[in-house]
Amino acid sequence: MKKKLIFTSIVPLLALAGIFVLCSPKKSSGLENTGTIAPDANNAGLKLPDGFGAEVTAETGAQARHIVVTPNGLIYVKLARPKDGKGILVLQQDANGKATVKSGFGNYGGTGIYLKNRYLYASSNQEVFRYKLNAQNEVIDPNAPEKIITGLKMGREHETKSITLDNDGNIYVNVGAYSNSCQEVDRQLHSMGIKGCPILDSAGGIWQFKADKPNQTYKDGVRYTTGLRNVVGLDWNIQLNQLFVMQHGRDQLHDIFPEMYTTQQSALLPAECMYALKKGDNAGWPYMYYDQIQHKKIMAPEYGGDGKKEAVGNFIDPVAAYPGHLAPNGLLFYTGNMFPEKYKNGAFIAFHGSWNRSPEPQAGAFVVFQPFKNGKPDGDWEIFADNFAGTPQKAASGRADHKPCGLAQGADGSLYVTDDVKGTVYRITYNKK
Amino acid sequence: MKKIFILTLLMGISATCLFAQAKKTVKKPVKKPAAPVRGLTSSIAAGKKVYTLYCVSCHQLDGGGVQNLNPPLIKTTYVLGNKGKLAKIVLNGFNDNVEIDGNTYSNTMPPLNILKDQEIADVLTYVRNSFGNKASAVTVAEVKKARASK
Repeated sequence: MKKKLIFTSIVPLLALAGIFVLCSPKKSSGLENTGTIAPDANNAGLKLPDGFGAEVTAETGAQARHIVVTPNGLIYVKLARPKDGKGILVLQQDANGKATVKSGFGNYGGTGIYLKNRYLYASSNQEVFRYKLNAQNEVIDPNAPEKIITGLKMGREHETKSITLDNDGNIYVNVGAYSNSCQEVDRQLHSMGIKGCPILDSAGGIWQFKADKPNQTYKDGVRYTTGLRNVVGLDWNIQLNQLFVMQHGRDQLHDIFPEMYTTQQSALLPAECMYALKKGDNAGWPYMYYDQIQHKKIMAPEYGGDGKKEAVGNFIDPVAAYPGHLAPNGLLFYTGNMFPEKYKNGAFIAFHGSWNRSPEPQAGAFVVFQPFKNGKPDGDWEIFADNFAGTPQKAASGRADHKPCGLAQGADGSLYVTDDVKGTVYRITYNKK
Repeated sequence: MKKIFILTLLMGISATCLFAQAKKTVKKPVKKPAAPVRGLTSSIAAGKKVYTLYCVSCHQLDGGGVQNLNPPLIKTTYVLGNKGKLAKIVLNGFNDNVEIDGNTYSNTMPPLNILKDQEIADVLTYVRNSFGNKASAVTVAEVKKARASK
């Protein structure tokens, strides 16, 4: 019903926009060309709040992870695995916002990509590189990046290295824990946690390095925060000058401790947490998890917990908590001017979607908006862009057509979203005047 | 919940035993009763219960696994090939970087050696005859052999 209404109200708008686009002279670089980007007739299959539209900007046919968009509209997409030997794709947009793959480089897979001070930073699962850009934001020498960080720990879980930079010349790198909950035998029924979890020396946290110093290893960096199981989505909040991260909470409470947790509890717990980090913070993994229903830090069952006992230790609280296993893979503070005022400085979170809720229904594969006020989450989060899955059934089975992963803001304030199932790049715009 | 399940499983096994023995005495009175061999249908049904308890959270209800993490169980050589090797994956866990159809999977599979031979035989029979798979049953004897050769 509502969908129909949106559809019927958008069709004439679209037609108008179409005529406008057809009649207006074509500009060479379309991105300053605000207000003329017409969403696709079906909003690229997405469900959005009133006034928003979406288009498929590009189909890359690859596992598109994080994404950046330059001020002049070039798009760089990091691929989980190289496609035809290229791990980073360069996309060029036309005046209508449709993009085509122009070239590619970097023979490594990974997730992290970030743009700062005319450098493009990108990570493999063990290293971080940077590429100098020219005045058009093109990579000058795709075959000769500077290796900034090397020798990062990579296990068989949580291998990806997400990155972001601050305004003081530092780069922050997630090194995910190569374990679910630091058990003696990973993921095994009733296996207890290793005392003084040894993984934390080189993983399970965020490391800070210099953004411009070549060949740094652990000894050159700082373990900025510890006790973070795995972070994929992270962003530097320029208002607070502070690092925000989204933690992927632990899996399998029921599988490992079936007498303490039902499958229903295990589907919702623990929370996926948003943390605002300060140097030296400890978020508590693997000794605790955050229970968003009890609003408490709970001692992990591997370390003596029973689902109720509170955690013991100096662990920080999340600033916001979301239902379990939704897999927050992208975080972006919105600083643009295209969207209505309420979105300014709030957070968009790309929830890739759960797998660890079986046999309960899966959830996620949507982009959430978290309102912020004075640098703090303020009010309930809401689903902003939904139906990446295609149908509610596909979302519930975990067989989503598309799964949102990376987020980027265009110079005009539009929001870009990647999908790492089929490699679709979406662009969400606000069209209400 | 789990206790009830194990109880029903045990009851099921003893019922099948009795039935098999009764049947055998009628048809082949000379042959002494061997270890109970389940019929395919009952093994699949029992295996589904084991799958739901121990496998579903990673390999999923449809056996399709999870992209990049947990390998699918649909028409792969791991599932349809050598039964001894397959039983050993369940017994020992699995930490190899599997490549199936150009995709790799890198999550940790814990050893499930706490499962009884019968449970492993049933769950593998279920997997080999579900999600579009069609292959011979895995017997208790085959699991026993795999466990012994560890």
